[in-house]
Order: sequence, then structure tokens, then C-alpha cells
Amino acid sequence: MKKVSLLVVISGVVVGLAALALTFMGNPANMGFCIACFLRDITGSVGMHAAAKVQYVRPEIIGLVLGACIAAIASGEFKAKSGSSPATRLVLGAFVMIGALTFLGCPLRMVLRLGGGDANALVGLIGFVIGVVIGVFFLKRGFSLKRAHAASVQEGSVMPLVSVGLLLLFILVPTLFKLSEEGPGSMHAPFFIALLIALVVGFLAQKSRLCMVGGIRDLILFKSFHLLVGFIAILVTVVIGNLILQKFSWGFAMQPIAHSNHLWNLLGMVLVGWGSVLLGGCPLRQLILAGEGNGDSAVTVFGMIIGAAFSHNFGLAGNPDSLNDAKELVVGGISTAGKVAVLIGFVVFVVISLLNLPKQQAAAETEKEAA
Amino acid sequence: MIDARGYSCPMPVMMVKKELDSHPDGKIEVMVDSRCSRDNIEIFAKSRGYSMEAVEEDGDYHLTLHK
Repeated sequence: MKKVSLLVVISGVVVGLAALALTFMGNPANMGFCIACFLRDITGSVGMHAAAKVQYVRPEIIGLVLGACIAAIASGEFKAKSGSSPATRLVLGAFVMIGALTFLGCPLRMVLRLGGGDANALVGLIGFVIGVVIGVFFLKRGFSLKRAHAASVQEGSVMPLVSVGLLLLFILVPTLFKLSEEGPGSMHAPFFIALLIALVVGFLAQKSRLCMVGGIRDLILFKSFHLLVGFIAILVTVVIGNLILQKFSWGFAMQPIAHSNHLWNLLGMVLVGWGSVLLGGCPLRQLILAGEGNGDSAVTVFGMIIGAAFSHNFGLAGNPDSLNDAKELVVGGISTAGKVAVLIGFVVFVVISLLNLPKQQAAAETEKEAA
Repeated sequence: MIDARGYSCPMPVMMVKKELDSHPDGKIEVMVDSRCSRDNIEIFAKSRGYSMEAVEEDGDYHLTLHK
């Protein structure tokens, strides 16, 4: 096997093992890692939303950014750059987050959920692939968010410095933060162990360029399995781990922190897949790039934080399945406002996709639509 | 010379693919500004039967692809 592919496989296995370990030590089920959920928890912990069950300073996010930063500095790859349509990226990041919180997970958690037997993640995966195909459709027609340019070191250091600041503040003045006393936000592995694990994963993810959307995108665009093997390695590791730990439970209803509203699971992940292709990487990859000096990815992460705040301040996020007093299944899903937000996301993505085509192409596409 | 500096993934590889599709037997020179782009182009070039030489120039990479 080629050296680079082997690194991707090793990274995938380590991510899978790390996710199993974090869940075993206290993280919510099938949520060893979830970039969307964990950014949402951090957003709540700093008071940007008031959903009391999802507020915690997740060390996994801090560790991923700093692990990537350390790996990039150590190998001379830390390079400050920015200026590739940052405002557009912020909007894309916000709607990717709204889509992810509709489904209740980022692409990485989708794989972890699938590895735990959550069949809703299969629906999510179908939606994700559809979204990637739509994104690739525009890429093939010349979609581009234009070039980034070299930037100052301080510009490239924003996300690592914000991460260090958040870490120090949480260690030194924990009372500043809102922390869930029940619900997913209250479930977490020991802080410093989770931080250490995430540092290792961040380091490896930077080296291997692991990317959930990249795997499927590159298979379609270049018939390359290079990144997809990482995706598969995570899935296989988590399935085996859950079978050994007797945590594998196949089915749709009442899966941990998940709903079985198929249409909105699917549409949420279409939004995530499409947006991630336009952004050039999944939420995990955006964190890693932000750690290695990419200011545009830092802006994207800030967009995701804004999306998380919107999701919970306006009741857009998905609600898990539950049982009523008579122990009957109440299928979760999203509110009318959430459905409207996802649909607005599609409109916004169409506009962004068309407006960032080469000019002649955009005019032709618009004429075609009008006809 | 393809100048793919500053473009995010997967644009540099797409630019190279377009050039290889239109000039399959030619020598292609590419400038990229990240090791990630360099590695991705190398993987793609090898999959098409090309060999690649890379020279680092002030933090950028000058790549030469040929059969």
C-alpha cells in the first residue's frame, strides 16, 4: 500500500479508536467526536445560546486545532493565508452547521453513528453523497471561491490563539462558562484525557489530510480512493469496537441523540455535503486547516459557531426521538422554523454556487433556469 | 505554467487534470503553495502514469509533470 494511503488508514483507525475511548470514558453515545455538536456546546458554554442541555467547553475542539497547529509548525507547513471569499465562507459555514444540527451530527459523527448501528446515519450518508454530487456539479463547471493570499503570521494564528485562550480561561476561571448539568453537554470524558486524545488526532489529521467530504468528492472527481480509505477505516474500527463492547444496536428508532425523521435527516446532510464541497473540506478539515494558519477556515469555523447559535436561539436544531408517558415512540425531527432554515440554506447555496461560477458560465446557467 | 497558488482543495488537482486531459503527452509545470496540494497532485499524476519533480521555492512548490 502506498505510504500516503497507509497514513490515511492509520489516522482513520486512530480516530475510530479515539472516538470509542472518548465514548467509553463519558462522551455521549456515538459522539466520541462531533465537530458540529462540540462547536455547538462551546457556543452554548460562552452564552451565545441558552439551550441548557448542550453547553460545555469541549476540549476535543481545542485539541484538534492545537494538534494540527503543532504538526504544521513541526513540519514547516504552518502557512498564514486568507482572502478567499471569507464572508461567503462564513455564510456557508453557518448553513453547514444548521444542516448538521438538523441531522444531529457532522459527517464524522455520521460515520460514528453508522458504526454504532444507527440506521438513520445511512439515510444521512445518502443525503451527504447527494450533497457532494451537487457540489461537484458546480466544481466541474468552474465554481471557485477564488485565491487566498499570503497573510501575516498573526492572521494565521487566530484560531490556535483563540483555542489557547479558551483553554486557559476554562482552566483558570471555569465559573465564567455555562456548563450543562443534564443532557449531552453534561456527558463528557475527563477534560485533560480528552484534550490529549484530540491533540493526537489533530496531529494525525493534519498529516494525513483526513476529510470526510474529500473522500467521496475525490472518488467522483478523480476516481481516487486515497481519502475515502480514511472514512472506511473509521467505520470499520468503530463497528468492530462497538461489537466488542456490545454497543452495536442496528435500527432507526430511539438511537442515541438521533431522530428517525428520514426526510430531514437526508436534507440536513445534503446541505452539509454541498456546503462542505464548496468550502473545500468537511467541518473536521476546516478545524485542521484553521490550525495550520488558514484564516479562511478560521472564518468558516466562526460561521459554524454563528450557525450553532442561530440553531438553538431560533429552535432550528433537530430533536431526538423519545418515549411519551405511555412508553410510545415519539419520532423527533425539526421544527417548522428548522425546515424553513434548511430550505433557505438550499436557496443560499444555489445563489452562492451560481455567483461563483466563471462569469459566462453563470450567465448561461441563469438563462437556462429562466427558460 | 499553471499557477494554482492560493486555491483550496481540490482546485489545484482539477486545474492539472484539465491540462492533462487537453495535452496528454505534454510536460506540465505547476506552481502550488502548500505541501497538501503538492502531494495531491503527485498522487493524481502517478495515477495517470506521470512522474513528478518538485522544487521548493520560497515556500511555494514548482512542480514538473511528465510521462
